[in-house]
Amino acid sequence: MAPAGLPRRIVVVGASLAGWNAVRALRAEGFDGELTLVGEEPHLPYDRPPLSKDYLAGRVDRGRLDLTAHDDVDALALDRRLGIAATGLDLGDRILRLGDGTDLSWDGLVVATGARVRRLPGTEALAGVFALRTLEDADALRADLAGGPRRVVVLGAGFIGLEVAATARLAGHDVTVVEAAPTPLVRSVGELVGRTVAELHRDHGVDVRLGVGVEGIEGEARVTAVRLADGTRLPADVVVAGIGVVPAVDWLDGSGLAVDNGVRCDGTCLAAPGVVAAGDAATFPNALFDDEVMRVEHWDHAIAMGAFAARRLLAGDGWDPAERFAPVPFFWSDQYDRKLQSVGRIGPGDEVELFDGDPAERRFVTVHVRDGRVVGAFGMNRPRHVMRLRGLIAERADLDRVRTELA
Amino acid sequence: MGWRVVVDMDLCESNAVCMGILPDVFEVRDDDLLYVLEERPADADRAKVAEAVARCPKQAIRIAED
Ligand SMILES: Cc1cc2nc3c(=O)[nH]c(=O)nc-3n(C[C@H](O)[C@H](O)[C@H](O)COP(=O)(O)OP(=O)(O)OC[C@H]3O[C@@H](n4cnc5c(N)ncnc54)[C@H](O)[C@@H]3O)c2cc1C
Ligand code: SF4
Repeated sequence: MAPAGLPRRIVVVGASLAGWNAVRALRAEGFDGELTLVGEEPHLPYDRPPLSKDYLAGRVDRGRLDLTAHDDVDALALDRRLGIAATGLDLGDRILRLGDGTDLSWDGLVVATGARVRRLPGTEALAGVFALRTLEDADALRADLAGGPRRVVVLGAGFIGLEVAATARLAGHDVTVVEAAPTPLVRSVGELVGRTVAELHRDHGVDVRLGVGVEGIEGEARVTAVRLADGTRLPADVVVAGIGVVPAVDWLDGSGLAVDNGVRCDGTCLAAPGVVAAGDAATFPNALFDDEVMRVEHWDHAIAMGAFAARRLLAGDGWDPAERFAPVPFFWSDQYDRKLQSVGRIGPGDEVELFDGDPAERRFVTVHVRDGRVVGAFGMNRPRHVMRLRGLIAERADLDRVRTELA
Repeated sequence: MGWRVVVDMDLCESNAVCMGILPDVFEVRDDDLLYVLEERPADADRAKVAEAVARCPKQAIRIAED
């Protein structure tokens, strides 16, 4: 028997990476109370990264996306409410309202509703315009690209947009990327890396247009062109908007939970008594980076935070506040035959040191240094270095130590 | 009853996430290939191996019971 006050009826909202890893961890930690999984999508959790890569390319099929493949789903004893959105939360009475009219009462809640993709406003009725977040988005884009060589225009040179550009280019389409900033990815990986990634796309024959905004989209039933702010008209059969995501937390309006660019958690993933949050939907102060409040939109992060949040929830008041969730964020991106990986926190003011390799060879590592300490690293086809740097960043290593250990 | 680490090398893309979690068991070398250094890690490492299973971006690792 669990001691009084500890949760016996837990609801996980959001049936994707963070939510699923919370479910796994809750059961692995021995929680044997009622466990309900609510998800707006009709599917069991599936994997998103392949949607812009191998799945979009047709190299892997639907089965490979299944995130539950290694789990004994029946043994998890879940009350599954899939295809149903949470629409409201009452913190006082501990009620969760669902879109089908049901109310669920809970004494432990995991908020893992992730993020929603931004779509191009005013293009809802226009065929050939896509954004990419869900399986359905990927299926629609994949089917359209299968229709023959297309002129594809990607709006926004973020990681997902660039992956779509690479996948489409390798499939033989004519690809243009339009980005308003003069260098792509500067905020996440810095100037040198951003420039190199733009060059990587040019190596492969992508027309990369930087420092120019989009004025409008043309077309009647189907898109025909993209008009740029400099007057250029780019003929287009397919437009993919890669203009980012917003945390899917509107359903928490008025709930009393602090929401500011995501659900605000403390340094232990707790958002309110009995409520934790994880993944793309959550913000938290990271003790490893001077308590910088961050929202991290990475795959690995959703797993780590989902699992941590689950343990935090089960501990209730018995949690040692000194045990913080303080990860070194990590993400990867696959473009052409290059593996891009980034660890830590890269900021605009950091000193950047080319640590190994050569950007011209598209195989290199940069380290990013702030006040003498290595806070981030980026690698192109350098996984071994990047992962060792991840550990060193966690240990707050300075540049000298990094040089010695990786020599 | 024992258990061992199995990596599907057709799925593995050598991104070294597993090495970050358990360097004594998984190593990506300079040839960019993954080597499993210890197929039968100590039981004390089982939770870490399970973490590597969950965090492998390619779902290429599994634990086989024998
Ligand atoms: C195309 C693509 C490629 C990517 N590639 C990479 C990559 O290469 N590397 C990397 O590190 N990361 C990548 N990511 C990011 C990674 O997939 C996300 O960080 C991860 O999915 C976050 O998991 P999550 O569970 O927090 O949120 P999500 O995956 O967004 O899941 C949230 C779930 O909650 C559901 N939901 C939302 N609102 C409600 C509601 N009100 N009620 C019930 N359910 C709700 C949603 O339908 C969704 O199923 C990629 C993402 C995309 C879309
Ligand atoms: S984490 Fe997975 S894909 Fe990466 S090196 Fe290890 S086994 Fe291979």
